[in-house]
Formats: sequence, C-alpha cells, structure tokens
Amino acid sequence: MLNAIGVKNQIIDSVETLRVSDKLILPGVGSFDHGMSNLTNSGLTNALEQAVLERKVPFLGICLGAQLLTSKSEEGVIPGLNWIEAKTIRFRPKDLDIKVPHMGWNTVTIKNKSKLFDDKADFKKYYFAHNYYIRATSSNQVIATTDHGNLFDSVIQKDNIIGVQFHPEKSHRFGMKLLENFITRF
Amino acid sequence: MLQTRVIPILSLSGSGLVKTTQFKNPQYVGDCRNAVKIFNEKEVDELCLLDITATLNNSGPNFDLISEIASEAFVPMSYGGGIRNIQDIIKIFEIGFDKVVLNSVLYKSPELLKSAAKQFGEQSIIVSIDVRKNFLGKYIVYSHGGSQKQKPNLQKHLEDIQRIGAGEILINSIDRDGMRCGLDTKLIKSVSSKISAPVIACGGAGNFQHLKEAITVGYASAVAAGSMFVFHGKHRAVLISYLKSNELEEISQSTKQLFPL
Repeated sequence: MLNAIGVKNQIIDSVETLRVSDKLILPGVGSFDHGMSNLTNSGLTNALEQAVLERKVPFLGICLGAQLLTSKSEEGVIPGLNWIEAKTIRFRPKDLDIKVPHMGWNTVTIKNKSKLFDDKADFKKYYFAHNYYIRATSSNQVIATTDHGNLFDSVIQKDNIIGVQFHPEKSHRFGMKLLENFITRF
Repeated sequence: MLQTRVIPILSLSGSGLVKTTQFKNPQYVGDCRNAVKIFNEKEVDELCLLDITATLNNSGPNFDLISEIASEAFVPMSYGGGIRNIQDIIKIFEIGFDKVVLNSVLYKSPELLKSAAKQFGEQSIIVSIDVRKNFLGKYIVYSHGGSQKQKPNLQKHLEDIQRIGAGEILINSIDRDGMRCGLDTKLIKSVSSKISAPVIACGGAGNFQHLKEAITVGYASAVAAGSMFVFHGKHRAVLISYLKSNELEEISQSTKQLFPL
C-alpha cells in the first residue's frame, strides 16, 4: 500500500537501514511473545529505541505492532517495549453474541486530537483482527476507542509514537488516508 | 459496532478461477488475478482464495501464483488449499496473506492448528469444515474437496478445533454449493450457537435476501459466496459483482437489530 501512495519504503534488516529511515512502521501478525522474540533476535531493539525515544523518529505500530508498545500482554510472558504506559488484555465477553476474535470492519470514536485523523467527522471504518486489546493508563494518550462488547483503545499516541489496533494497510481508502497522514504530517 | 462481513470466495484450479456445483463440475470463470483486481476496486470487506485441487493433487499451494495475487490486493485476504505443514503456513503469511484456511490437513495432523495458532495468533487461522447431509438428514463432515468422509461428528470436530485454537470457522454446505438456493440456516445456527469464535457461513447464496437470512436466522458473523459474485442470471454468464453500498448498509443494520447494545 505504501507503494500505491507513492512512498519509498524498505524492510529494515540492519542498524544502517534503520538509521537512514525518516519514518518507522512496525506491522505485526502473530502472538505477543513470538513478536517480541523476533524483535529481540533481530538485534535491532537498541537502535530502534535510540531512533524512536531519543531521535524522536515517527513510529507507527500496527495491530500486534501496537500491542508491543505496551508493558505486557495477557497473551504472553515476555515484557513489551513499554514505550506507552498501557497493558494488553484479552477480550472476555459475557455474551456469546460477541465473538472473539474481534474480526472485521468497525468504526472508531475520536477522543483526543491527532494529526493522524482529519478534523472532519466523516464516516470511517477500519479492519480489525485480534483477540487482545490495549488499555492505556492515561486517557490523554487515547486517540480513539472502538466498541466490541466493551470499549477499548483502538488508537494510542505518545508524541511521535503511535499504535493502531486495526490494519490500515487492509482498510481501503480509509486506511490509505491514515497512512498518508502519518507519512506527510509527522 | 462490528459490521457483518460479506466475503467473495474465489475457487482456484490450476491458475484459473472456477466455480463448482455441489463441489463438482468446475466451470471456468476467468483469470483469478483479474478477478482479485476487480474485487479490490470494489472495496470488498474481505476475500477468500481457495485452491480446490491442491490437496487432491498433493501439490501444495501454488506460491508463485498466490504471491502475484496477493500483491494486487489491499483488502484482507485469506488463503486455503493444499497446506501441508507449518512451512507452507509461514510462506503464505510472508507472501502477504492475513489468514490461512485449514481443512483436510487437520484430520490427520490436528497439532498443526496448535502450532500455527501459537506462532501467528488465533485470529490468523480459519478452520474450514465441509459438510453434506446424509439421507437421514444428519450432517456428515467431509475433507479433500468433499471426496473423503471423516469420522468425527460435526459437534465433536467443532469442540476439538475450538479448544485447539481456531480463530474463525468457515462452515460450508456441499449440498448447496453453487445451487444459489439459499444458505442452510439450520446448519449455520447449530454452529454459531455453540462457538465463541466468528462463524463464516457459506454454500447456497444466490441473492441478497439469502445473505440476510444467514445472519438474522443463522446468526452468522460473516457470509461468504462464490456463484453470487461471479455469475449473473440463470445462464450463469460470468460477471464479477459485489453488493451495493446500500445493501451492505442494510446488512449491518440487520446485525444491529439482532444485537442491540
């Protein structure tokens, strides 16, 4: 999708490629521990922390990539990156009508202003696929919430660090717009 | 509020897109790359790509073809057909698919579901179940494109895969495949009422009303269809189509009435 919106991109496989990147995206398919160990095994964690926490390079975590920003997850035992004060929790609906995983298209309600979204309150929907959700400690860092049996934090942000629970790369023009905003406004 | 998804299912045979009737008589529909491109432009909720001959030929997934297809799509996509082991699954995710669909392989190697769910998360795994009614009206589980009867009864199989880690269930009625006579709401309800994971209903959709019934009567979380989105009219002329936006809206409204918050 980045190619489709005309953004030069590369897969980061070394400290050098990381150093020359203006924006960073951490997508994620998989389980929490698997994702964290992959990150650790890549040997890039230190360089990544330097880029994001010290040089303040804009960072977008997607789905599991967003959950890894939290301190820990009920899905695993390995600690998360802990860049945003938050936890990752399992959906436990009381009602069988609410199915888990939360799977499909859902809307978001904007709670705090972010350059990620346009000011216009027009209709937008995004594609979700997850068993676990994020709960941020501070409501100031919650950009948007979504309803699935309970409200959860679907977009979190702390300065240059953003996490989105849904998949913008799979969300048609709505996702394309969001990625464009991330690329051009941060 | 989560919307109910409407998912075109594309059946692959070789490099062509085909559509079967009751899992037989595959009719050539066209080039699958082209079809995916059209569905992508129509902004479908999700796409499901199933190679219906890969397991029977024991050839494994056609990775070259499906990676070409995946590069065309910015919609959520799942792939199934011919998956033999965890290496196949890893490759499918690397290619860019969001989910894998497991069916025949699980009757022999149920542990594959466990290792796949552990590595990629339950939300990445769809378990597909093909059923046919016997002469007593009992649902019998089949694998290998409907050619092999399986021992576990439907209820037992559902319990097993749910416990091991199925993220979604794709329930397919072989009897209704390609018939465009309406979905088997009784079958769908018997699955959705017992399963905590989302249920995708398939087999028999011929029109918009059929899709709605699967949701309002069968309590499906998503509805899938092949013929309805690739054929037009009673002579089965090839026409790639999808629901109009007001129809999609009506589908989500019907869900809202079912599950008011």
